[in-house]
Amino acid sequence: MVSTSRPTELAIEAHGLVKLFGNNRAVDGVDLAVKTGTVYGVLGPNGAGKTTTISMLATLLRPDAGEAKIFGFDVRTEAQIVRQLIGVTGQYASVDENLSATENLVLFSKLLGLKGSAPKRKAAELLEEFGLTEAAKRPLKNFSGGMRRRLDLAASLIAQPPLIFLDEPTTGLDPRTRGQMWDTIRRLVAGGSTVLLTTQYLDEADQLADRVAVIDKGRVVAEGTSDELKSSVGTAALQLRLVNAADIPAARELIRTTLGVESAVSAEAARLSAPMQHAELVTDLLVALRGDGIAVAEISVQQPTLDEVFLALTGHDTGATTDAPTPELETAR
Amino acid sequence: MSTVTPALLNNTGSLRNYVGPRQILENTLTMAWRGLLKIKRTPEQLIDVTVQPILFTLMFAYIFGGAISGNVQQYLPLMIPGILVQTVITTSMVTGVQLREDMDKGVFDRFKSLPIARIAPLAGALLTDTLRYAIAVTLTFATGWVMGYHPAGGFGAVVLAGLLVIFCAWSVSWIWAFFGVIARSASSVQGMSMIILFPLTFLSNAFVPADSLPSWLRAFANVNPVSHVVTAVRDLANTGQIGMAALWAVVGAVVIVAIFAPLTVRAYMRKA
Repeated sequence: MVSTSRPTELAIEAHGLVKLFGNNRAVDGVDLAVKTGTVYGVLGPNGAGKTTTISMLATLLRPDAGEAKIFGFDVRTEAQIVRQLIGVTGQYASVDENLSATENLVLFSKLLGLKGSAPKRKAAELLEEFGLTEAAKRPLKNFSGGMRRRLDLAASLIAQPPLIFLDEPTTGLDPRTRGQMWDTIRRLVAGGSTVLLTTQYLDEADQLADRVAVIDKGRVVAEGTSDELKSSVGTAALQLRLVNAADIPAARELIRTTLGVESAVSAEAARLSAPMQHAELVTDLLVALRGDGIAVAEISVQQPTLDEVFLALTGHDTGATTDAPTPELETAR
Repeated sequence: MSTVTPALLNNTGSLRNYVGPRQILENTLTMAWRGLLKIKRTPEQLIDVTVQPILFTLMFAYIFGGAISGNVQQYLPLMIPGILVQTVITTSMVTGVQLREDMDKGVFDRFKSLPIARIAPLAGALLTDTLRYAIAVTLTFATGWVMGYHPAGGFGAVVLAGLLVIFCAWSVSWIWAFFGVIARSASSVQGMSMIILFPLTFLSNAFVPADSLPSWLRAFANVNPVSHVVTAVRDLANTGQIGMAALWAVVGAVVIVAIFAPLTVRAYMRKA
């Protein structure tokens, strides 16, 4: 028997978590503090140590060093309690392929101690909630990736755990299913749950997470709200696309004189990018460009993306595909 | 100061950091139920306990019967208990192979993250497998019956013999479960198990009287636990008596469980 209620505002508190696989320091001293009732994003490329970190927090792996507490309960010494407080949805759906959707949910409900007709009721209720009722009796082999993820998430919610781990919940899903998953996650949080999600998608962390930890090579390289992270990288950028690439040198000279900054060039699209510290000066620049007869095809202001944040923090990019210029724009010239 | 909404957190005092015996039993039974569902979904996994006992019983009887006992009818009382033990013990190997395959699947990750008894996924699988042994036992005796083997010990003794074989196979399956937990792949489990099983089942008195073996082999066959089980089944089925062999069989089975069950659970916990 463990001491009674431990009031804590932190759902997750980890200090110096380390996990070694042979000589590879998969997780190399991770600190995390996640407030109860928030969505926390752990952002990083493949192999950064995201899944290993989650596995340690969810008692699936023993940390080699450091400590972690879930709602104040130690993941090592009070693992059985921690397991009663969490739901884990893995990167690959962890449901039984040989059983139907209903059978899976009934199995997990029974294991979680529901008795009598309760497991069947719970299964039906969750299938309804996740839009799987029609597929309830079908073998899982015929399930789409999205359906499998939803079933997996449903299985994690049987005991209504106050903390839910989602390991790359939308990896491999099509945009529409991804949007549905996002809605589901938002609903969970509205219901009071704390969510820790890992992702390689920068916009996903941006969209869902209250706070984000950027993780690279087993270490947290930055932590904060996504706005804080962005602003730590720099200001918004003014983007200009010129009609005629030959005007680039003249346009750069004008940017230097009117805005007082150097601009970056991407010549193939006749595009110029300049940091925009004082928005009102942009008018002067546009007037000057018109005065010199330099035609501007397109003008935009871009906030720094988390991609750029990642690049600035780690010195290499995420490896995830970033927004490439759309083909229409490229061919429109 | 708690502003937390989910119900579980309002009463964390009711959370326990251990699993009681009752929950171990419940979790194990639920896991066994999962095993039954799997059999229902993929009945083909029962081939080794349905087709094999019939096929092997027929083959061995007609191939060896004449040579060993003069004719098939006289061979049956010697051979049916032998083939029974051999088939059921061999089929226990599947436990380890299936456990390994099962553990490689994502669903075991979920089992590990659930607040359930750690031993339940193992114990449940081994429990389901006793059903497989029961099927093999029934079919072997039934085939023997059709071929003209009417055990003199009577029905009760035959049932008792069947239960003895099921118990021994269950205890041996802990060895394969241990391999299943520590091995890297299902096929390596099969390989390891075969190396142990083949000598163990064939270098015994299962198919031939032990005195027909060369002395060094006879020495091994006489201490081989499989021989004791075979002898015990023969005593029971053919004369209705429980002899010393039955005692040794049970002792051997208990020793195996006493060694391998803790080993298996420890290896599994370390992985879990």
